[in-house]
Amino acid sequence: MAITARDIHKSYGRYPALNGVSLEIRPGELLALLGPSGSGKTTLLRTIAGLEFPESGQVLFDGEDVTWAGAADRKVGFVFQQYALFKHMTVARNVAFGLDVRKRRDRPDKAAVAKRVQDLLELVELGDLAKRFPSQLSGGQRQRVALARALAVDPAVLLLDEPFGALDAAVRKSLRRELRRIHDATGVTTVFVTHDQEEALELADRVAILNQGRIEQVGDPVEVSERPASAFVAGFVGEGARFEGVVEAELFQSGPVTASAPGRKAGPAQAFVRPHQFALAQAGEPGFEVKVDRIVAHGPILRLEATAEGGRQLDAAFPRDLAAHLAGRERLRLQVKGAHVFSV
Amino acid sequence: MSGAATKKAVLATQDPPWVKAVVLTTVLLFLGLVLLLPVAAVFAQALKQGLGPALEAIREPDALSSIRLTLMTAAIAVPFNLLFGVCAAWAVAKFDFPGKAFLITLIDLPFSVSPVVAGLIYVLVFGAQGWFGTWLTEHDIHIVFAVPGIILATIFVTFPFVARELIPLMQEQGVSEEEAALSMGASGLTTFWKVTAPNIRWGLLYGVLLCNARAMGEFGAVSVVSGRIRGLTNTMPLHVEILYNEYNYVGAFAVAALLCLLALVTLVLKTLLEMLQPDLRARH
Amino acid sequence: MTVIESAGPLQVERRGTVPRRPFLRRRSAIPGFAVTLGVTLAVLSLIVLIPLSAVAIKASGLGFTGFFREAFTERALHAYALSFGASLLAATVNGVFGVLTAWALVRYDFPGKAVVGALVDLPFALPTAVAGISLATLYAPNGLIGAALAQLHIKAAYNPTGVAIALTFIGLPFVVRTLEPVMRDLSAEVEEAAASLGASRWQTITRVVLPSLAPAWLTGVTLAFARAVGEYGSVIFIAGNRPFKSEIAPLLIVIQLEQFNYRGAAAIALTLLMVSFLMLLAINAVQAWTRRYQ
Repeated sequence: MAITARDIHKSYGRYPALNGVSLEIRPGELLALLGPSGSGKTTLLRTIAGLEFPESGQVLFDGEDVTWAGAADRKVGFVFQQYALFKHMTVARNVAFGLDVRKRRDRPDKAAVAKRVQDLLELVELGDLAKRFPSQLSGGQRQRVALARALAVDPAVLLLDEPFGALDAAVRKSLRRELRRIHDATGVTTVFVTHDQEEALELADRVAILNQGRIEQVGDPVEVSERPASAFVAGFVGEGARFEGVVEAELFQSGPVTASAPGRKAGPAQAFVRPHQFALAQAGEPGFEVKVDRIVAHGPILRLEATAEGGRQLDAAFPRDLAAHLAGRERLRLQVKGAHVFSV
Repeated sequence: MSGAATKKAVLATQDPPWVKAVVLTTVLLFLGLVLLLPVAAVFAQALKQGLGPALEAIREPDALSSIRLTLMTAAIAVPFNLLFGVCAAWAVAKFDFPGKAFLITLIDLPFSVSPVVAGLIYVLVFGAQGWFGTWLTEHDIHIVFAVPGIILATIFVTFPFVARELIPLMQEQGVSEEEAALSMGASGLTTFWKVTAPNIRWGLLYGVLLCNARAMGEFGAVSVVSGRIRGLTNTMPLHVEILYNEYNYVGAFAVAALLCLLALVTLVLKTLLEMLQPDLRARH
Repeated sequence: MTVIESAGPLQVERRGTVPRRPFLRRRSAIPGFAVTLGVTLAVLSLIVLIPLSAVAIKASGLGFTGFFREAFTERALHAYALSFGASLLAATVNGVFGVLTAWALVRYDFPGKAVVGALVDLPFALPTAVAGISLATLYAPNGLIGAALAQLHIKAAYNPTGVAIALTFIGLPFVVRTLEPVMRDLSAEVEEAAASLGASRWQTITRVVLPSLAPAWLTGVTLAFARAVGEYGSVIFIAGNRPFKSEIAPLLIVIQLEQFNYRGAAAIALTLLMVSFLMLLAINAVQAWTRRYQ
């Protein structure tokens, strides 16, 4: 199912959570809403779910206006960060809940419900735990129950609010893979909120980046990390060193650091340089001096931690075979091979 | 931003407006009937013949002595239970020992005992046919059917009030502040006064407030133990009963109105304290 | 660095024996344990435990058959039936209206909410005799409410109905106050989850919210019941106090006392105490069962 959010505005008192957000979500895709806290991503998700209502704007499901439909009418599956399982019901009854509350004529018979519950529990690899209570499960298991429960009603869209936020790192990684696997198996349109860019880039088909109630960029993981549309995206996604300077004649300059800035107009600007965008300046080439703090080998990559003039710290990445050149050096000359430059 | 939404939808966690209206009306009607009406009736009956007769009833010598006895009983029972409560809470909150939960249950016992039984037990112990009956008559000491019995019975029924408020409060506060004070050389008592007491003062006040309300208002236990000798062993609640049984309604309700005022003041102070320290609750 | 030569094998000075670990291991170096625990136990025993044991000891003087004879006379059985029956009815009424009241106080906003919230504890703060005469006057045939009920041919005073009414007044705070904190702690997300799964508001309330309140509700109702069984002052004015008809168990104890039948009084009192004890056990069982889910 395709979802459209059109020019959504929502404030909490004087605090504007969503400031004119428009977004198209494609049927069957796995989309991440990424941003820092307070960026509005959870509000957007909840507005799509029908748990919140906007002050203005529209939410469309396959073209149909559902802006004022309650959550119960929207056929969404929602997974909360704290699972929100029904503590007084077994796992099986939790998962069956959405089917149990259907009107008599829409409700499948007991056997069908039981089968569906069992199928879903096996999908999330909890087949043996149907009779347990939530308090007897670990965090990761509870989240899987929440997922199975949301999927039981055959939702047109699955919405997850920081689903792995309450879990520890190892469980988080394995559940991430689970989510991708389940998405590929069911094909349901899925939107999840996260503030962890690694998670977003690793999992999603497309990423929408929000900042202060606005969408900064929507694109696939490669696009947003390598072709950031704004300074915020360049700074938030991926690592990089930030330089403040001036653009003149399509050349960015910040002290001795220069970078080419094609198409940028003159004036004050910021440049973001990713570790792999630094190179060693050969003799005679323009470059700037840095003091070497540390050199660490990470598999085939050498990471250089250095401090430039003026105290700016930066990370540069070089192929392993340059190790000979760099060994024992306390000072180096670097140049910038490419940078993301934005006018301020 | 365009204008306000044309349709107001109900959030998933809210009840529809009609439900709210029905529930609120039912609740307010029920509470009005069960709570407000009886209170209003007390004052209405007391003032039935005007303010004059009501005040007369209160100024009457037997009424005055019942007021005195009530105040005296509270003045003894409350501090006693205050000291006990502090001791018990100190022992339970600052130390670990086996049987702690059982001890707390025992302290709570008077709450689950009928007031009549509370009076009965002292009659069984100190009455003429009780354990110490003969010894007491020999020495012409009167406990039951006299003031000491009233005080004892009152202490019993109000026994847990202060302890129940202080124990959870002090348990929550832990021992670190006291340990810090002790490590700096303060003595036990100094630590208590300067470190513990300020931390527990609102809980203490709260417990004392509830203890006092019950001490002044106790009826069943005191009724059994007192002998109901007018002018001597009548507390205010007992005096109310006597006047009511004599069909002296204005008198009975006038004294009752005083007690009612006490209850209302208690409620106001209680609410104020709950606002000052939000985790205080009258633990039933 | 210089080297220090030792003069011989090290001499260890022994100052008496090594102190043994105290039997009751202290939590810390805080003083006053012996004093406070001692005072607590002493006062508890003298004021509460020993006097309470007098009931059991006196009643035991009857022997088993004697006890049953005194505690289960026909008059006593009627009294128990009235006390337990009316208490159960009152506790149930409070169970229903208590949920509604707690719901309104926790979830709704309305003018005067703070006053209503404070008033809920009125039965707890008001002397029982005051409540007693006030209720008796209101529900008497010529009272404000009694007269209105008389039109409907309902007698609400000097009979078991009056007893139930008084006990309803007494038990009101128990259900409300036990439910309030539990309701406050309910997460909105659980209700949102139910809604997102398609449940109507009614289904969400009956299948998700109320079941999670069940343990606290049960505790509150049991507390109200336990309090009502022993209640005296609020009831005797409105009760009628006719033996076999409208006489509550606590009144029967008083009457036995007045007739100097101490053993009989003790027997009935012991019966009531055993019921209270059972209630306490029930409440603890409910709370232990709750922990299974939390």
